[in-house]
Amino acid sequence: MIAEAGLAALWLAAALTIAQLALGVLGLRRAGEGLAEAIIPVSVLQALLVTFSFVCLVTLFMRSDMSVLLVAANSHSAKPMIYKFAGTWGNHEGSMLLWVTILSIAGATIAAFERKLRTDTKVATLAAQAAIALGFYGFLLLSSNPFERIENVIEGAGLNPLLQDPGLAFHPPTLYAGYVGMSAAFSFAVGALVTRDVGPEFARAMRPWILASWIFLTIGIVAGSYWAYYTLGWGGWWFWDPVENASLMPWLATTALLHSVTVLATRDGLRAWTIMLAVLAFSMSMVGTFLVRSGILTSVHSFAVDPERGVFILGLLVFYICGALALFALRIGTVREGSRFDLVSRESALVMNNLLLTVILVVVLCGTLYPLALELANGEKISVGAPYFNAVAGPLAVILMLILAAGPLLRWRTDSTKKLVDRIALALVSGAGAALLLAVFAGDLGILPYLGLVVAAVVGVASVAPLWKRNLRRTPLFTWGMVIAHLGCAVSIVGMASESAFTQENLVAMEIGETQRIHDFEVTLEDVREAPGPNYAALEAVAVVRREGAEPLRMVPQLHQFSDPVMQTNQAAIETYWNGQLYIVVGDRSIGNRFLMRLWWKPWVTLIWIGGLMIALGGLLALLGRVRRDIVSRKPAAPELKGAPA
Amino acid sequence: MMRRLLLAIFLLTAAPLAAQDYAHEALADPAQEAAAIELMDSLRCVVCQGQPISGSNADIAGDMRRIVRERIAAGETPEQVREWLITRYGDFVSFKPVVKPATWGLWLVPLAALLLGLVLVSRRVRLRRN
Amino acid sequence: MMRKPLLWLPMVLGLGLFVLFYLGLENPGQRIINSNVIGRELPEFSTQVAVEGVEPVSSENLRDGNPRLVNVFASWCAPCIQEIPVLLRLRAQGIEIDGIAVHDRPADISRFLAENGNPYRRIGLDNEGRSQLEIGSSGVPETFVIDREGRIVYQHIGIVTEQDIPEILARLGGTG
Repeated sequence: MIAEAGLAALWLAAALTIAQLALGVLGLRRAGEGLAEAIIPVSVLQALLVTFSFVCLVTLFMRSDMSVLLVAANSHSAKPMIYKFAGTWGNHEGSMLLWVTILSIAGATIAAFERKLRTDTKVATLAAQAAIALGFYGFLLLSSNPFERIENVIEGAGLNPLLQDPGLAFHPPTLYAGYVGMSAAFSFAVGALVTRDVGPEFARAMRPWILASWIFLTIGIVAGSYWAYYTLGWGGWWFWDPVENASLMPWLATTALLHSVTVLATRDGLRAWTIMLAVLAFSMSMVGTFLVRSGILTSVHSFAVDPERGVFILGLLVFYICGALALFALRIGTVREGSRFDLVSRESALVMNNLLLTVILVVVLCGTLYPLALELANGEKISVGAPYFNAVAGPLAVILMLILAAGPLLRWRTDSTKKLVDRIALALVSGAGAALLLAVFAGDLGILPYLGLVVAAVVGVASVAPLWKRNLRRTPLFTWGMVIAHLGCAVSIVGMASESAFTQENLVAMEIGETQRIHDFEVTLEDVREAPGPNYAALEAVAVVRREGAEPLRMVPQLHQFSDPVMQTNQAAIETYWNGQLYIVVGDRSIGNRFLMRLWWKPWVTLIWIGGLMIALGGLLALLGRVRRDIVSRKPAAPELKGAPA
Repeated sequence: MMRRLLLAIFLLTAAPLAAQDYAHEALADPAQEAAAIELMDSLRCVVCQGQPISGSNADIAGDMRRIVRERIAAGETPEQVREWLITRYGDFVSFKPVVKPATWGLWLVPLAALLLGLVLVSRRVRLRRN
Repeated sequence: MMRKPLLWLPMVLGLGLFVLFYLGLENPGQRIINSNVIGRELPEFSTQVAVEGVEPVSSENLRDGNPRLVNVFASWCAPCIQEIPVLLRLRAQGIEIDGIAVHDRPADISRFLAENGNPYRRIGLDNEGRSQLEIGSSGVPETFVIDREGRIVYQHIGIVTEQDIPEILARLGGTG
């Protein structure tokens, strides 16, 4: 019964989406006939229906209703409840339903609460949302019905063992939330192009969606990076793998958009470029999904790969993105340029920020796809990995960080170089100090880590400079957000640079009872033994770690061997200290009676993710600050709001 | 049963002869080992493909690490060792792309994007000064 | 529209990207890595004795003037068992086949050959994959066609089946 109800709700929601699209198009053509107003309740109702449908699917999974094909194929009645729940989206159909559910809720939120936009632009935006949703409804209902029943009730097949990790179970919804936020920004851009209404109000309406999406994307990347760090077991936190790049590209585009939309909202500049970036950011989130799902690139991260569905996603991509870009080409010529600014001004710094972020995005995109293009062109197989990306994107990132240091210290529209130098002097001095200290004491760290640490010193000081001589209690929340996010960049870079420059590694084969040194730890191998797991065989090493002035500590790295599918994962044993992490991995074999162990001391490595979380927190503060200001400024102008649902 | 078998496999794939096995153990000279690790991070394991040989448990990745360490220890530069592997497996084995006409695009495309962007920006800035 | 061609650049680039994706989907990339030694002078290598009294394989004895096959196998490799009957048939047709066993033990190899048949004239044991790396082989089973001068002219990756015999014979014949 639940499955049938869910399916019926899904069909109804799809039908309402068609109505939403039609009302939008007709409403724009025949203004004043009341058609456009109807789009608001339709959007809300559509979202309620699809949410109901999703709740039905969650219920089926949690009750382990094995008469539903999707549940039988992806769940197991003996699984812990949390994985039954997460199993809902741990498969293709469920993840598509989640996607469209978040999308529709976003649409309903815009319909119900958005009041800054001109009515016709809002209607066009909702119509664009409906057009996007329709593609996914069509796909769900016509080719991947999540509620399909089966005749013979059986026990479920289970979930991919790799996905049975709390971090990974909630990773997809985080990324989807980010992607869907971008689809909202995309819809705003399309709506504004349709009505030629590109201006500060439009920018302010779009900004919270960009911020929210950006927060989720940031958290997604940080979590994904840490997951790879502790489970792949080679001590790396970023490998420039295609799947990682696929998550980085939308983040880069969204970061650029976040800054350009500020120029549009504050100074009414960068109109065309902001629209372009909104389309680009959405495109990159779709391209990312496509690259991960279609399996057209060689990746270390194994995911369910499905080429046929890849063609479908590709079709949607072409339709939405090329459509939007064509609309852009046709319409943007009629959008006026916007306000002017000087070479030395905050706008100018933000333009350079956008330029560099976009070029870094081009580097990532080009490096990721070049092997594919070359193989198709002449059959040649090449690899493009870390050495390329670090060498090309690294210097660009260093310049970007210097601009990041200066930008917030510049005034809008026009400023003088001399005043900028005054404001940034202390930051430059601390950078020079760091450069000198490192050159004298640290020895040879490699050029990029060296530059990274120096730039981090500059950014670290410059990023808090906007708070100087200000009344901190009256400083707006979004200014705090900017400061914390920028400081987070510096923190993260310190982590990256010192991990790459100062990591100590001891790769040894140890006898039982043998002691090895790493950094100032003494690691004794006490035992190597079997450790039965629920669905894997495992080998674990028991290591006792001693350090002067500290209690001995047991660390137990494991090696998991799955039989279906055949794969090995390393569960590193990680101990976090204030100044770094001790990271121990057990190898998969022995030499005589000696067991392979890899011991790492990774100084300050945690700063990478702490900085990443600071960036996300900064985004959250900015979002709260903006939303609060909107509500405060709206109250006197729109008293009728009081009766509206909050 | 399965577990016993797997543990046996873990333990018996040992090469009991070698006192020092460079497939799994570090070079004595830390500078050479660092150079070897940096190189191994940028070489693709030929069976697992997505992974660098430094992080792969596959036998052949171990064989490749052994060759890398031996050749570095014998005084070859990392680039010579990379070349040795490319001669046998082609460019695909190296995560550091070989610079040749077919790969120029890797550098030219970002450069073109940067130049195009700078032209667009500079035209605007000049306009603003009018 | 024509006065601002640059505005259409994003759409053209986007279309180009999607054409690339479509072609990528239609032509799934080959997961295998071909040897880069094909057609080149064979690098120097040698292997250890795998079976008492049987000569091991080396680059030197591959240059003795006879075209032949070199089969890289292992006793622990299940697919290798499947191709043994086909290799035996090739041998019955007078084709010389040398075998290189990687990451293996003499006792296991002897048992493997006793159970499944022995198509090999020479057998070498390579516990450290050195010969495998030298000829650019990336797994088991793989079969190489060697010409008179001891050059690799063809590499077959995976199990040799009946359907592969004509191709292999043609490559062998093509060596003159």
